[in-house]
Amino acid sequence: MLEMTGITKRFPGVVANEDVDLTVLPGQVHTLLGENGAGKSTLVKILYGLYRQDEGEVKIGGERVEITSPAAAISHGVGMIHQHFMLVPTLTVAENVALGLHGKRGLADMAPVRERLMEVSERHGLVIDPDAYIWQLAVGERQRAEILKALYRDARLLVLDEPTAVLTPPEVDDLFATLRSLTSEGRGLIFISHKLAEVMEISDEITVLRDGRVVGRTTPSETSREGLASMMVGREVRLGRDVSDQDTGQDRLVVDGLHVRGDRGNLALEDFSVQVAAGEIVGIAGVSGNGQRELAEAIFGLRPIESGKVEVACRPIATPTPKSVRRRGVAFVPEERMRHGAVGELNVSENLMLVEYEHRPYVRAGLLQFGAIAERCKDLVRRFTVKTPSITTQTSHLSGGNIQKVVIAREFSADAEVLIVAQPTRGIDIGAAEYVHERLLSKRAAGAAILLITEDLDEALQMSDRVVVLYEGRAMCNLPRAEATTDRVGLLMTGVSEDAPAPA
Amino acid sequence: MALGQLSADPDDAPPELAAGRLARLLRPFVGVAVPATAAIAALLVGAAMLLAFGANPLVAYRELITGAFGGADNLADTAVRAMPLALVGVGICIAFRTDVINIGGEGQIILGAITATVTSMAFDDVPRVLLVPMVIVAGAIGGGFWGAIPGALKAYAGVNEILSTIMMNLVAFHFLSFLLQDLLIEPGAIKIQQTRRLSENADLPLLPGGTRLHIGVLIAILVAVLGYLLLFRSALGMRLRSVGHNPDASQYAGMAVKKSITQALAFSGACCGIAGAVLVFGSESHRLIGEGGAAAFTQNAGFNGIVAALFGALHPIFTVPASFLFGGMLTGGSDMQRATQVPAALVVALNGVVVVFVVGSLRLRDRLRTWAGGISSYGGRA
Repeated sequence: MLEMTGITKRFPGVVANEDVDLTVLPGQVHTLLGENGAGKSTLVKILYGLYRQDEGEVKIGGERVEITSPAAAISHGVGMIHQHFMLVPTLTVAENVALGLHGKRGLADMAPVRERLMEVSERHGLVIDPDAYIWQLAVGERQRAEILKALYRDARLLVLDEPTAVLTPPEVDDLFATLRSLTSEGRGLIFISHKLAEVMEISDEITVLRDGRVVGRTTPSETSREGLASMMVGREVRLGRDVSDQDTGQDRLVVDGLHVRGDRGNLALEDFSVQVAAGEIVGIAGVSGNGQRELAEAIFGLRPIESGKVEVACRPIATPTPKSVRRRGVAFVPEERMRHGAVGELNVSENLMLVEYEHRPYVRAGLLQFGAIAERCKDLVRRFTVKTPSITTQTSHLSGGNIQKVVIAREFSADAEVLIVAQPTRGIDIGAAEYVHERLLSKRAAGAAILLITEDLDEALQMSDRVVVLYEGRAMCNLPRAEATTDRVGLLMTGVSEDAPAPA
Repeated sequence: MALGQLSADPDDAPPELAAGRLARLLRPFVGVAVPATAAIAALLVGAAMLLAFGANPLVAYRELITGAFGGADNLADTAVRAMPLALVGVGICIAFRTDVINIGGEGQIILGAITATVTSMAFDDVPRVLLVPMVIVAGAIGGGFWGAIPGALKAYAGVNEILSTIMMNLVAFHFLSFLLQDLLIEPGAIKIQQTRRLSENADLPLLPGGTRLHIGVLIAILVAVLGYLLLFRSALGMRLRSVGHNPDASQYAGMAVKKSITQALAFSGACCGIAGAVLVFGSESHRLIGEGGAAAFTQNAGFNGIVAALFGALHPIFTVPASFLFGGMLTGGSDMQRATQVPAALVVALNGVVVVFVVGSLRLRDRLRTWAGGISSYGGRA
């Protein structure tokens, strides 16, 4: 169904793809595996008409095609679920689906679009409110909208860029069932992921890319997770991590009976309580959109608290603002690093100093002391292994993993007793994620109280001393690590309570 | 990367690759060549406009250049014309870098002029060494206050600053008319909207050389340097720029976003207010003159200063030469008009063409630089 041969794409100074071949058969899930910057995105962008290849050819259904634009790709039956969603936040789901469709006489008639969208969404088991605005949706729901957009256009070849990053295990099962039903209809799928267990489960064929080249082609029956990881990284990788138990101190962060409203005025958190002691990592597991963002924002003084209390070191914060909360020794790694964590247009050193720029010795008589700043930033860049040409490089020019390292370097180097860390490894490669986990553990060893908000279940179970599952604003459980199994937590993430029968 | 490694024969190179090589060759010249080409193109369009009015473009441009830069007196006139542009321009740099659009320069100039004038009237006999700094500071306070109002309205009540600053211009203008009809009007004069000759102790001292050039030029340069230090060397400036680029991330980092927006417009207004003081005490009449006077005393600097700042790429230091060039076009323009008898509006139009071309070309230049510099959307890789 798809044949890409000898694809080479050069950018000034880099070869993004070199002589890459990729064949997708109808009814097949073909996985593209590789670290960030390995050339996966470039390859699918060529397929989707966002880039032109320098060399090589693309055949769809046996015929050579020139894909010059996304519109051309869509007309050839290629659909793409981007990692960074291509949705207009101020429009509804149905309106987003309608974008680019041709209405009669140039008029927008939403009724049939809405109707067909409901039909498509029902057929594939992707539940969504067609009239919700995109900005109101959580990341997971936005992705659902993206998938529906492609299915609505009846894409025969679907490219899914990290589609499972935001789903619970049962939802991943559902998605995989959906994907299998798509392949049984004869559609071809290109699946991009670096979650190895899922790759092993869903793939019919796996192509591994490193530094723009194909370094391996295999099938799940011929390899193992370790084998795939080593192929990706180019060295031996040990998966899984043993976290030694350690004694915890007194509670540093206490959240008690918290009620917080979401953007839509709904109750995003309902009677939510959690305690985090010094030297402890408490994982908040759950699919995003269940109150995670609101929890972090409420603790950090970015969202009004309706009732309940937040105490840091046994004292409430009188008027919580990011500044006053930080002054009490709380640091925050926000979920969306480019929107909330870093200022892309400022350089690396300015981003590293974003919190402490007003403190001695970095400022004197109101003037920034560039000597002291450079010394500290170079030290941070080295200690946190940020890959950057210099500390004056514009931050947005770095890769996602390195931007995350800049944010983590800033937040972890502050002498904070409480760390709120949201989705710290989303969208960054294995090496960087490994590193972030090491840092979290070393902060834990140093006695920090860490609230780890993550929808990566493996991460939650691996890193946490206790796991709290957040579902529709309520804490479903508070389990010590030994009792938090994948099955148990996975079920709780879908809202099935342990002491009540499953809802119909 | 060696070229040969990619392709032995240049003719066989795929188009993208040839373009890449072209990009490497052009890279060092892009910075200067693009705006220069744009300026020449603008002058050619201007020449066509002049021809359409039956004027000889060569004569017109010669008059423009001599009028602006030919001789000490002309240079001094240009510099005097450029001062308020530079002062307003520095203020615009501060506001725009904080992502606050200040269209209220005119009003802030007027308020600065009023507070400076009132100060000089109240302290008539204070010696010059003190009174001159006093009126400058008074101007800064008046303009800063007038800027802080729409700043606070934007920050705390979500009022669009583009609208509010324009409205504040009207309020300032009519407030000035009111004052000049009554409280501040020259005793004995009837229906001329102007103050008396203000205290000589407040006159901006002339610089040696026998021209009209006064210390306003030094004040403008000093303010530009201070503006640069504020924006790029101080903790406050870092906060303003951070808020300007990404208010959300700045707030998460603990910065006071609302305060920053208010401060940015206050500083911006203060620079405009200083321009107001310089326009009054550096004028030849040494009076504050309202609309009924010989010329509107603001010289439209509140708007033209925005152009000068954009011309200077929103950098306080580059805004100074940009203002000088722009001031030259304004002074030379009247000579051109005299010599060629083209309508006055054509001079304004010519200025506009140059600005549109050059400012537009800066965008293009940045794109070309990105292209030539290898910072593609793929740049994360390096």
